[in-house]
Amino acid sequence: MTDVVATNETILVVGGGISGMTAALEAAECGKDVVLVEKNPSLGGRVNQLYKYFPKLCHPTCGMEINLRRLRANKRIRVLTLSEVKTITGKPGDYTATITISPRYVNENCTACGECEKAVSTEITNPYNYGMDKTKAAYLPFAMAYPPRYVIDPSLIGTPEAEKAKAACKYDAIDLGMKEETINFKVGAVVWATGWKPYDAAKIQPYGYDRYPNVITSVEFERLMDPFGPTGGKLVRPSDGKEAKNVAFIQCAGSRDRNHLKHCSRICCMASLKQSTYVREKYADDANVSIYYIDIRAIDRFEDFYKKIQADPKVKFIKSKVANITVDKEGNPILHGVDTEGYHRYDNSHDLVVLAIGMEPSVDASRIMPGVKADASGFIDIHATTEAVFGAGCASNALDVNRSVQSATAGALRAIQVINRVSRAEA
Amino acid sequence: MTDLNKAMVETYRNDFLKEVEANVEEGNWVKMCMQCGVCSGSCPFGPDWEHPPQEIFAMIRAGKRDEVLKSESMWMCTSCYNCIVRCPRELPITHIMHGLANYAHRLGIAPKMNPTRRFAKIFWDNIAKSGRVNELELSIRLYFMNGFMKGIKTGLEMLPVGLGMLKTKRLNPFGLFAHGGIKRKGELHKMLKKAYEIEDKRKGFAK
Repeated sequence: MTDVVATNETILVVGGGISGMTAALEAAECGKDVVLVEKNPSLGGRVNQLYKYFPKLCHPTCGMEINLRRLRANKRIRVLTLSEVKTITGKPGDYTATITISPRYVNENCTACGECEKAVSTEITNPYNYGMDKTKAAYLPFAMAYPPRYVIDPSLIGTPEAEKAKAACKYDAIDLGMKEETINFKVGAVVWATGWKPYDAAKIQPYGYDRYPNVITSVEFERLMDPFGPTGGKLVRPSDGKEAKNVAFIQCAGSRDRNHLKHCSRICCMASLKQSTYVREKYADDANVSIYYIDIRAIDRFEDFYKKIQADPKVKFIKSKVANITVDKEGNPILHGVDTEGYHRYDNSHDLVVLAIGMEPSVDASRIMPGVKADASGFIDIHATTEAVFGAGCASNALDVNRSVQSATAGALRAIQVINRVSRAEA
Repeated sequence: MTDLNKAMVETYRNDFLKEVEANVEEGNWVKMCMQCGVCSGSCPFGPDWEHPPQEIFAMIRAGKRDEVLKSESMWMCTSCYNCIVRCPRELPITHIMHGLANYAHRLGIAPKMNPTRRFAKIFWDNIAKSGRVNELELSIRLYFMNGFMKGIKTGLEMLPVGLGMLKTKRLNPFGLFAHGGIKRKGELHKMLKKAYEIEDKRKGFAK
């Protein structure tokens, strides 16, 4: 049984990505009790799946490490992984949250030694690498997973493989009898930080993401650079493993398009500028990058980064939204369109095409609870929301990491104000 | 320059976008174009256009009145609707192209020999006369559009098709003279006259 001690002075944080972790830590470091609920087996979220951040080009693992240190040092945060919020009922300062916890089949005894992983041979598609490779069905989600504990995939339960994993464990950490649990507890305020998901690229029919293996999304491109990624850090294209030296980026793939996402996803311009440095990092002067854009939205101080990339002779900017993609016999994607600077028609061949894919909220805010309102894109509309449910990070808008953290801190502060009102009323 | 054209130049001096918004079908959408280029890239006839739609929208905003209205470009549109389907801002591009062509024609400054314009005119005169297309007359007029000799030549080329249609009762040779059309044609002509009046008044074509 999972015991969660919570009162109506507790803050519930939904989502354990960069925003949720930040909101939970800020609130806890202000002396509030926090329950942090994460759907996946580990905290970290999408930021952890990035190779580098813009504009400083440092690695997200560093930020993750700092946050995990703060988390371990704080007794006020209770982390629930593999957990999802089913309902929230009540009123500000007095909510009841219902959470379902899926079985991990691995208990606290786990030392992450990896013996169970060696014992099983069944493989599942690896969600951490966006399904581009496979992982064993007894797995640690990624090297820096928190809690650092293995997971047995539910597909293994009831098979001899599960018994093999159990037999291999020296610490009696595998409990194949675990069941899904549903728990209820009181909270005073909620920080909703469920983040974003990449728009379904297959819906952009003319780009052929579902037909051409060498058309990938920006989030998949990030995984190619990771030494623990599907290619072991090699920048090669999926169809034939050829080195991807001539890479095209298509901006506004799904965003700013009334047939897809109405909003500007804000991060994609900077993400492609950043990813152009990846190609340069791997192939130096053999690299050729083409960025097809409507207009580059490098806001505020990011302009400097944009200027730096613009000065790179190996990065070409083509002012045009690509009309459609075809492939030649070698599997090279060919981009067709007309550029706006002179109206020249082009049919450009590249090794690999990266769609700077738009972001949409993971959870449609209008489905959280009746008093929580969504804007036209499904992000939480803070002005129309009447509940003490505060959006943080990409649940509230399309934001980069920096602005997500600011938004999470703001969300934590709003939640703290509600809790303080409750405390005063009860004192 | 026709009188109507002169009057329009006078009314909208230096603001061609406003003129398009007021007088061209769906013209109020032009300002929504963000110059992404998807329409031009998606057009199956794109390579044959002197100015693709995206460029036409930019030219309208730049006030290039003569270059746009005297252009052959928008007459190239075949109404495949690829641009409308793909436009990120849902501009009714096909309709705007037809609107521009129609407006240029109304002003009397559309390219005189443009085959699409000439065909459209033949078609319109044909259908407006009796309320129903006289297909035989339409084809013959079309054959002879480019001169007598060319008409004879095309007619002879099409002879086997015509005979085939005759055999399968898809063609009535007497239809050329005894085309019935609709009942009460006069009423149709009155309606069309009234529609012209209303449109001219609304768009300021008539004083």
